[in-house]
Amino acid sequence: MNLKQMQSYARFFEQLLASMAKPIAGLIAFVGLCLIAAMPLGAAAVSATDELKIGLAADVSSLDPHYLNVASNVAFSSHVFDALVNVDPDGKLVPGLATSWHAVDATHWIFKLRRGVKFHDGSDFTAEDVIFSLDRPATIVNSPGPFSNYTKQIVAKRIIDPYTVELTTAAPYGPLALDVSTIFIVSKKAALHGKSYATTEDFNSGKAMIGTGPYKFVSFRRGDRLVVKRNDDYWGGKSAWSKVTFRIITSAAPRLAALLAGDVDVIEGVPTADVERLKTDPRFHIAQKISWRTLFWELDQREKTPAEITDLAGNPLPHNPLRDVRVRRAMSMAINRQALVERTMEGVAVPASNIVGPGAIGYNPYLKVQQYDPAGAKKLLAEAGYPHGFAMVLHGTNNRYINDAQVVQTVAQFLNHIGIRASVQTLPLSVYFGKARTGVFDAAMLGWGTLAGDFALRALVATKNPELGWGSWNWGYYSNPAVDHAMQQALSSVDQDKRTAFAQQAMQIAMDDVAVIPLYHQYATWAMRKGLQYTARTDEFTFAHQFHPQ
Amino acid sequence: MTAFIVRRLLQSIAVLLVMSLLVFVGIYAIGNPVDILISPDASQLERAQTIAAFGLDQPLWQQYFLFVSHALHGDLGRSFAFGTSAMALIAERMPATLELAATAILMAMLLGIPLGLWAGLRPNGIAGKSIMGFSILGFSLPTFWVGMMLIMLFAVYLGWLPSGGRGETRLLLGVPVSFLTLDGLRHLLLPAFNLALFNIALVIRLTRAGTQEALLQDYVRFARAKGLRNRRIIGVHVLKNILIPIITVIALQFGSIVAFAIVTESIFAWPGMGKLIIDSIRVLDRPVIVAYLLLTVTLFIVVNLIVDLLYSWLDPRVRLADGAA
Repeated sequence: MNLKQMQSYARFFEQLLASMAKPIAGLIAFVGLCLIAAMPLGAAAVSATDELKIGLAADVSSLDPHYLNVASNVAFSSHVFDALVNVDPDGKLVPGLATSWHAVDATHWIFKLRRGVKFHDGSDFTAEDVIFSLDRPATIVNSPGPFSNYTKQIVAKRIIDPYTVELTTAAPYGPLALDVSTIFIVSKKAALHGKSYATTEDFNSGKAMIGTGPYKFVSFRRGDRLVVKRNDDYWGGKSAWSKVTFRIITSAAPRLAALLAGDVDVIEGVPTADVERLKTDPRFHIAQKISWRTLFWELDQREKTPAEITDLAGNPLPHNPLRDVRVRRAMSMAINRQALVERTMEGVAVPASNIVGPGAIGYNPYLKVQQYDPAGAKKLLAEAGYPHGFAMVLHGTNNRYINDAQVVQTVAQFLNHIGIRASVQTLPLSVYFGKARTGVFDAAMLGWGTLAGDFALRALVATKNPELGWGSWNWGYYSNPAVDHAMQQALSSVDQDKRTAFAQQAMQIAMDDVAVIPLYHQYATWAMRKGLQYTARTDEFTFAHQFHPQ
Repeated sequence: MTAFIVRRLLQSIAVLLVMSLLVFVGIYAIGNPVDILISPDASQLERAQTIAAFGLDQPLWQQYFLFVSHALHGDLGRSFAFGTSAMALIAERMPATLELAATAILMAMLLGIPLGLWAGLRPNGIAGKSIMGFSILGFSLPTFWVGMMLIMLFAVYLGWLPSGGRGETRLLLGVPVSFLTLDGLRHLLLPAFNLALFNIALVIRLTRAGTQEALLQDYVRFARAKGLRNRRIIGVHVLKNILIPIITVIALQFGSIVAFAIVTESIFAWPGMGKLIIDSIRVLDRPVIVAYLLLTVTLFIVVNLIVDLLYSWLDPRVRLADGAA
């Protein structure tokens, strides 16, 4: 192309642009107007001071309070519905819609109901609603995590009068109040679909969302946001917020960005790397509490040596080293829990001696966190017959708990220091649980969150017994009759003091025998703008009615 | 033309069948959602009962057969995790993703083609060089990083735009869309731009290359000689000839935009299908995964069919035939 042609093309393109100038100018003006209009509505915008915006970390999959037992659904349901028994921020059971409850004998319990409570549609709350709500979970058959597990102990229900209910269990069952605290009370009138129970769709559409809770349901945009408004007649007192918007932001970094931008007032699940920064930022502050979630290691303790455990040359071992309590204790001594929580968990955890958190029934405060003692660990290993150690594989998840993959790697390092050549395998959750159940893992990390030590022991260290439902998560096949006995006594004690004593005893026997290796309790963290305060909760739930302006 | 379309449809059905089979086998090999979602206090018996209630304990071929027979009646199953119909779930979230993808494609064309033309006509000017530099950035920067940077700049520091979520929606022909409100547009701008960035860069490069090549052709010379105005030469003749590769690429990219929307939707908390699929994969919610993939494959097939039909309109020499003349 010669100079003349280039010049002509340039000129002609300019003409082309000139003819397009009007529409382009219009476009630029429009975009400009948008931005200008947007500016005053940016971070400088101050929402009405009695509205609260919360950034949630997990998706709410269904509004039906009886459908699926996952934390995010339960947390939201707690705003619109109440249960007979509530849980306070420290994990203790307190009166909810029932003002008191006690066991009249080993298998009969009386619950006295609160008077004068009204549902959101104005109708009265009575024992009929309680019976209806306790019946409904068993009718939901298409749930992967049903609540029927918590109602199956109740074999009979009786209405003594409109404000007294009697529940009968098949056998003496101490944790009944805890089970009952998970069942939300729905309005019989609103949750009836003709003669049968309302379906999940009726709840998702809002038709059956009539409860007694501190907020009334307004709207639900799946995956985006939930809106509730204040119930001015709430029996527990008017909440501070006339309108609450829950924004669902499942990725951690954008959730933090939303807080920084002022789009939400508070977030849960603060990324650990940002906690320190937010503590020093004058615009925000942090609320923290030791969570119920405890991380520990399950070890395969069967007779047959697991395939993954070999000597250092790779040859199979004649005996399973993990069956020897000295080996298990050595592994526990080799882990520097202080370093683990300070570095790997970036301070968002505290070393554990129990497998339940400090708020749970059966937490034994006399148990001490295992001291870090690598020299003692090596000696114990030698005593047990493994002076040169052995090789094993550590398994964990990589997308379930805070910094889980890093924790597994750190523990592997600690074990390597005492001579156990530990290699690491981390898997996504969807694969991990299925594989762990088949018993192929020699060592598997797990996190557990519960308010009842006897429940935890029953699921994790009780001798596996499918008929009784014991040991359903006992991947290591640990079996100790003393633990089983004490745990069973705890479960069947309706006297709560006796129950606590037995549960603590069972925990002590299990921990002294190193049934599992406890690591740490996580911290639950909330970050909020200045001017708000939150009574942090052990069960990690974010309740709008427990936020207060400062 | 009819024979062509019918043949396409038959091929599509074969693709759909193979794909659904692959998903079934794949998920079956990994595990089941009950293990992930079941209450920790449930006993082994309850777990077994729950698995049986979903039919997940039946042999694989039986589960697949059941699925196909239901699918032929239009029922793609109920989500394990949500408890509602899988198709309804996807239909609920589809408008959001399509809205995002369509805006991204629109941005790619409206920004990419003029910029590419400019760069092609004045390759050695400052403007041309900086446009090319920008396109390299558009290619290389990862979507999630750009998304976070956009949020930090426009939402956190400047406060001009919201940090995520979808704005107010209005019903358009019964479908909730958010581009009809100002609030909706403000929420749409950043995620759509984030999604479009790669494609803007792509279109710029394609347009520039096409323009430079086209300008050397004889027909441009003859048109000049004939006395046509440059606006007509460039705007009609050159543009029409370079549009074919651009449209091909944009059509292919439409599929990948809907797929890559997962990253953008996660960053901007956009309630679309992408987030739904990633959450469903995490809990092995097979009905939703299968329904979503069937839908996406159908989308690809329809888009490719439209592209092929567009070819024959843009270039009359093209005959609609697959292989055999």
